[in-house]
Amino acid sequence: MLAPVNIPLESLNVMTLTPMLIPIIGALLILVIDVAKGGLHKSLYVVMSLLFLAIDFFSLLGSAGVFAQNGTMLGMFDVMLIDGLAILAQFIIVGASMLFIPLALTHKRFHEFAYPEFFALFLFMIGGFQFMVATDNIILVFVGLETSSLALYTLIAMHNRDKSFEAAVKYFTMGALAAGFFSFGAMILYALTGSVEINKIALVLAANGYADMGYVLVGISFMLAAFAFKLSLIPFHTWAPDVYEGASAAMAGYMSIVPKIAGFVVAMRFFEFLVHSHIVWLQMVLYAFVILTMTASNMWALVQTDVKRMLAYSSISHAGFVMAAVLIGTTQANSALFLYWILFSFTNLGSFSMLWISRQKHLPDGQSSDHSYDKFAGMIKTAPVAAVIMGLFMLSLAGVPPFALFWGKLYMISSAVTSGYTILALIMALNSAIAGYYYLKLIVYMFMKEPVVGANGEIYVSNATLALRTIIGIAAIGTIFAFVAINPLLEFITAFVYNSGY
Amino acid sequence: MLDHILSVLIFFPALAAVFGFMIQKEAMRTYGVAVSFIEFVLALILWYAFDNSVAGMQFMENIPLIPAFGINYTLGVDGISVFIVILSAFFTFLGIASLTDTPKVKYMIVTLLFLQMTMVGVFAALDAIVFYTFWELSLVPMLYIIGAWGGPLRIYASIKFFLYTFAGSLVMLVGMLFMAYFYYQAAGVWSFSLLDWYRLVLPENYQLWLFAAFFIGFAIKVPMFPFHTWLPYAHGQAPTIGSVILAAILLKMGTYAFVRFSLPLFPDASAYFMMPIAVLAIIMVIYTAMVAYAQKDIKQVVAYSSISHMGIIILGTFALNVEGISGSIFLMLGHGVVAGALFMLVGVIYDRRHTKLMSEFGGLAHVMPRYATIFGIMLMASVGLPLTINFVGEFLSLLGFYQQSHILTLLAGTGIIVGAIYMLAAYKKAFFGDITNEANRNLPDVNKKELFGLIPLVIVAIWLGVYPKPVLDPINNSVEAIVQLMHNKSTTALAKERIPDLTAPKVVIVKETIIEEVN
Repeated sequence: MLAPVNIPLESLNVMTLTPMLIPIIGALLILVIDVAKGGLHKSLYVVMSLLFLAIDFFSLLGSAGVFAQNGTMLGMFDVMLIDGLAILAQFIIVGASMLFIPLALTHKRFHEFAYPEFFALFLFMIGGFQFMVATDNIILVFVGLETSSLALYTLIAMHNRDKSFEAAVKYFTMGALAAGFFSFGAMILYALTGSVEINKIALVLAANGYADMGYVLVGISFMLAAFAFKLSLIPFHTWAPDVYEGASAAMAGYMSIVPKIAGFVVAMRFFEFLVHSHIVWLQMVLYAFVILTMTASNMWALVQTDVKRMLAYSSISHAGFVMAAVLIGTTQANSALFLYWILFSFTNLGSFSMLWISRQKHLPDGQSSDHSYDKFAGMIKTAPVAAVIMGLFMLSLAGVPPFALFWGKLYMISSAVTSGYTILALIMALNSAIAGYYYLKLIVYMFMKEPVVGANGEIYVSNATLALRTIIGIAAIGTIFAFVAINPLLEFITAFVYNSGY
Repeated sequence: MLDHILSVLIFFPALAAVFGFMIQKEAMRTYGVAVSFIEFVLALILWYAFDNSVAGMQFMENIPLIPAFGINYTLGVDGISVFIVILSAFFTFLGIASLTDTPKVKYMIVTLLFLQMTMVGVFAALDAIVFYTFWELSLVPMLYIIGAWGGPLRIYASIKFFLYTFAGSLVMLVGMLFMAYFYYQAAGVWSFSLLDWYRLVLPENYQLWLFAAFFIGFAIKVPMFPFHTWLPYAHGQAPTIGSVILAAILLKMGTYAFVRFSLPLFPDASAYFMMPIAVLAIIMVIYTAMVAYAQKDIKQVVAYSSISHMGIIILGTFALNVEGISGSIFLMLGHGVVAGALFMLVGVIYDRRHTKLMSEFGGLAHVMPRYATIFGIMLMASVGLPLTINFVGEFLSLLGFYQQSHILTLLAGTGIIVGAIYMLAAYKKAFFGDITNEANRNLPDVNKKELFGLIPLVIVAIWLGVYPKPVLDPINNSVEAIVQLMHNKSTTALAKERIPDLTAPKVVIVKETIIEEVN
């Protein structure tokens, strides 16, 4: 008979679980409400989700306070790891989700928001992402990843268009392949080191001086492929544009931000020690990934005729740009990653929301896409305010100062300069110039062409409600006045990243 | 208020532009004139309060923006920048006042006011990132002006303009980040402040690379040969007001940045690259003068001649001595006045005939005598006739470079002669002879609104040609400080030789002689 195990509750440090449990409780509550009294209006669920996210955000503030005082916390048999990276990433995840969820309050009725399950799944997904970033146990990463991914596939499919089903199935298939790669990689590393915790893997590998280099490289390759799928790095990006196109614009904007930051944090935890142990092969492969992703997706974005697909490719390019931080691996680079992503989430969510408010339920005859460039021609004459705001987001994405994303680019390129990656810095700068062209193309259509759809500006804001306008307003103000917030943000981020040892 | 006059000068037009959206359409023009007049008066107050005897920065403001990364909102003007600030206020005022009937005039004026914010900002900024911000931001209103009010090829021209400059400035941004990093290595803190950077002495090979990075950004803006191809398109397609602002102010950003950044930050590299850049500048002078001679479109003639004169400015700047640099800065002002006026004059005839082809004209002097007179004066100023504004600048620039190389100066002088040929030829074709085209028979002469824009420019062109001292003295003071700084900072023997030491008595005597000659 087994001896009784006695574990004091304090040693579990249950507090580390609080931020993840809040959205999960919220999701369960939504399901219970639906069982008790069905058929309620979506606004109830939107506000409920928003409230739970707000509580989540406050609990994160609490964790941040504790981290600032006591440093990294471990909990639940050392499976949970609440360090600066985890807290920053959760801030971005929860913050971007809070900006996203009011977008469900559209003027027109959309199928998916009628189901309370949508919001329950959404909150489960956030819980999954939070688990994913707040651990260095590969198994928990995998569980978090799969929880959130499965929820996300369903959310996409619930948009209930042919293209959405296609997108969901495509995403699911590719995601399954990535999951396979991930588990193979984890398996090999476990076989080599006897551990599933990244820091222990690092210790064991360093202790035996990377003796089984061949196996290590195989393991890394599988892991790299898995992350490349999740972060849509070229050549593992093929799913991304179709999935973005199939999902609703709001969901596409969300997908370009939240799943990626979770992926970046795990990639940072996983690859950082490998990069620092000077595995030349890994550095070269990462270098190739970064440059290829930035440049090739920029080229594809140039030839798109659909604004949403253009933004999809541009999001891939931004992901490649930020992936450079993982390659560079200094504190400055890692801080730049978070700074960039916070600013990017404002701008990109803003621009996708602009597409979302112009969403038509039924396409006019002879039009295959709802977001073609032609639709936006001459927008300045028919809907000047919307055109100016959209132009603002485009300039910010192109990196024109003083708008938000410029500061992210500045700091990221500076981190490349500081670590001696001169060529990389130049390629990053020139890619920004290439990207300038396709953002400019939309501005040219909006400001310099004659309207073709008739002198009715209604279609650009047909879906707008007060909630949507507020979100866009927040995004626009965040984009314009970012320069005020950069200094506190930068100090906060740098302190958190540095104290986590990255 | 004088403590913050630069901030006021920068943000007053922007604020007015934002409020401008509330103004009713018919009242917009008056509003624009009023705002730009107030701005011009503020610029004159700046001049009045400016202390001519001080060589360093005045009216400095400093607000920390991102102290964690060494970015501060630092402003200040010295003798080099103060007149360009005044010039940009002057031109915006004249441009708006003489604005012809434009569709969507409200948007045009709002855009012009935003553009003015960026122009003043570039010349007043003393922090590299603030400078870069205004530098890049200035592209956006110009893009809109060309793209929304331009000719048939306007979209192509505006995108080319934007992307060309944008790509160049991004390379410059990488250079700035390197510069800040070197400062960080030397001083232990990040700083993008130009005055901090001035104190940094870099090894020669670093200087060469950084000089190249900055050079790409600036040379595209100037635009120097062979990066000039965007400019004829931009000028050709832009509406009159766009060309005027582009030629008068925006191009000066590049040459100004050479004086402000490249020379004092990288004195060794400047001396090292002096000859190659001078050769480029001379190719620019002669080649574009020849291209101008072959043009059929009168606006293209003015555009190419404008590039040609920018070559002399570059040549003067890279003479690396007080005469050359002062001359080039004075020529920037002169070129601004003259090229701006010439584009306005082309606009006058374009409004009447809706064509710019020279073959369409001829004998205009008979029907439009006042127009022909003003055009003639500005043309003479453009070819550098003594007692006009450009003569002073061109003469000093060439004199400065003469001390570095006789042959190259001679070649540049040839370029000016070619310039005189094509300008006079164009003038002859359009204004003299018989009226060959009946459509020209009854053209009205310049009206009051146009005169209001042109007369002040004529006055300035002649006044500063006859008596340049009030402007030249402060410029000279500040340039002397920069040249001395460059000499002290230079490390290579070549740079020590090419950049004069002003504390040595001999050079002072030379300088005084020159000023007397000019006067």
